[in-house]
Amino acid sequence: MTVKASTPVQPVRARGIEAARARQAIWLLLPTLIAIALVAGYPLYRTFYFSLFEANLTSPDQRSFVGLGNFWFTTEDGVALGFLQDPKWWGAVKNTLLFTVVSVFLETVFGMIIALVVNSAFKGRAVLRTAMLVPWAIPTVVSAQMWAYLYNDSFGLIGRGILGGQAVLANTDTAIWALIAVDVWKTTSFMALLILAGLQSLPGDMYEAADMDGASKWTQFWRLTLPLLRPALLVALVFRSLDALRVFDIMSVMLGNVNAATTSMTGYARQALIDNQLLGLGSAVSVAVFVLIMVIVVIYVTAFRVKFD
Amino acid sequence: MKKVIALITLTAAITATSNASAVTLTLACGAVGQELQLCKDGAARWAKKTGNEVKIFESPNLTNDRLGLYQQQLAAKSSDIDVYQLDVVWPGLLSQHFVDLKGKVPAAEVSAHFKGIIDANTVNGKLVALPWFTDAGLLYYRTDLLKKYGFTAAPKTWTEMALMAKKIQDGERKSNKAFTGFVFQGKNYEGLTCDALEWVVSFGGGTIVDSTGKVTINNPQAAKALDTAASWIKSISPAGVTTYDEEAARGIFQAGNAAFMRNWPYAWALGQGKDSKVAGKIGVAPLPSGGSRNAATLGGWQLGVSAYSKNQAAAIDLVRYLAGPQEQKVRAIEGAYNPTIQSLYKDQDVLKANPFFGSLYSVFTSAVARPSGPTKGKYNQVSQAFSSTVSDVLNGKSKGQAAVAKLAGDINRIKGRGW
Repeated sequence: MTVKASTPVQPVRARGIEAARARQAIWLLLPTLIAIALVAGYPLYRTFYFSLFEANLTSPDQRSFVGLGNFWFTTEDGVALGFLQDPKWWGAVKNTLLFTVVSVFLETVFGMIIALVVNSAFKGRAVLRTAMLVPWAIPTVVSAQMWAYLYNDSFGLIGRGILGGQAVLANTDTAIWALIAVDVWKTTSFMALLILAGLQSLPGDMYEAADMDGASKWTQFWRLTLPLLRPALLVALVFRSLDALRVFDIMSVMLGNVNAATTSMTGYARQALIDNQLLGLGSAVSVAVFVLIMVIVVIYVTAFRVKFD
Repeated sequence: MKKVIALITLTAAITATSNASAVTLTLACGAVGQELQLCKDGAARWAKKTGNEVKIFESPNLTNDRLGLYQQQLAAKSSDIDVYQLDVVWPGLLSQHFVDLKGKVPAAEVSAHFKGIIDANTVNGKLVALPWFTDAGLLYYRTDLLKKYGFTAAPKTWTEMALMAKKIQDGERKSNKAFTGFVFQGKNYEGLTCDALEWVVSFGGGTIVDSTGKVTINNPQAAKALDTAASWIKSISPAGVTTYDEEAARGIFQAGNAAFMRNWPYAWALGQGKDSKVAGKIGVAPLPSGGSRNAATLGGWQLGVSAYSKNQAAAIDLVRYLAGPQEQKVRAIEGAYNPTIQSLYKDQDVLKANPFFGSLYSVFTSAVARPSGPTKGKYNQVSQAFSSTVSDVLNGKSKGQAAVAKLAGDINRIKGRGW
């Protein structure tokens, strides 16, 4: 019945308007599409293109086609040249995944706690909401340098004061945990903000009804808040995971570029491309990072049915 | 009204012509220690002399970062920077982007420099850059502390150095908890390659890759050198030394918190400065031997003219001026930057400011080159593999023998079908 009611009375004319609107929309979108094609599409195409060549960054014109040789290639002498055969690359993948899983998990838990606290009515919560964004508002490069000083073993508050002169950043095995701590410190507030936005859209009368039925606060959280919060939470999770997978700045600033190459996939790509001038191999690594992130997004979206609207 | 317009046009025309003869050049300088100030001063003197203008482009401190930035500029054929300051290991890597100075600079002017450094800047017969200053690793020590603990001379071997450092450190710790025996460049970057090459060569372990391109690092002497260095960590060097670069090490030494330091000559002039707590108490010696010889890594910076510069003639003139004897003398006196012109080592003013220049002359002339020649465009990868391996040994992740064996494999992988 409802379907019938919503069908237009004069279908021909309506379609005309819709078609005209669609045409108009295309024209309005065109500048944006061209801009995207130029600033994102073309570089992406070039990256895919160069990933099939052996080329040097300083002279990209002299290149030779190697197919997938940048990914996997063994010479007749048994020397492995593809980056997928490089244990350093897999170390970077392992570290990036560890970094992503642990930091996003901690940020979600802490972000949820902070959001629940800030969502409840108390005096001065407006100030608190603004204040909690401070770590997130500081540029990453600045906060990373700040933390590098804190971790310094001879004068840092943490390195000397709390850890008693241990150089945590010197060793990539311990450094990864120090980096996770920095990322959690920095991004928890962003996570809290996203969750808070979700919390505020939940109807208040629902909790009143739950109170009447005698449900405990604990039951209310697990049975009402969490299920209703799921869409907002998942969108936040996707955003944070993507950010964490392509992390680059804190590694580069706190560890230096050589060690950053063994702790993040993007650091590895930068080293191949910039330090080693391997335009082809570096592009191939970038393609791999792109594909990996793409696959993870697809898994997220399909498995959890995330809706972005 | 017409008169006014005519007058304005005329003035504009005159200004335009006078501007056309004077050019604005951009010079990329380093910023380690006093480098930036000296670079600005030198450029200003040339600008005043010639009536041109020089803009200074500040480069990142770490040589690896600087290379990355320069490569992007050069690959894009950008004319933004006219004159680049080049590390001694770069000419092979970047030669095609620079003007051939052979024939454009008088031969006598070229031959006034050390031959070895001119050779390092010559790639396939092309003179890529003119030497500006040379560098070699040195051992800095505290003369007052050596005397206090009963030592009469600087250490001759690494073993001796470690013993002295330990004794001084134990004594000084009683009054100064932050005191440490020995600081060096332990961060995983090009600086560590320089330091570790000195250890390996001093133990008779070769130069990573020999002059014919053969990978030689997998030998017991090299392994022993790395194990020796690893034994310093937490005994005479702080754990954090594996995150120090030149300036971090200098900061600790200059604050009076270290007995020994490995660094480049530039640290001398700063150590004698007004804000230095150790002024007048610094001694300089060749780096200790590991049983084979004393070894110092050859460093140094050159000036090259970008092939994409729009004012090449003026840029060449600037390079000739900055690399010339007058400017090198000023830099030697004010900043302890080692001249590349032989005659300046007999100059009384230079020797007065840097007493060790005369006695350590042989250290500068016999410095060991990093294997940038034989490894050509892949030098950076070799250096990274080497410094990462050394870093692992220093951090206790691996032991010398296993580390050099694995490193040889890594370098052969980088070599691939050949250098």
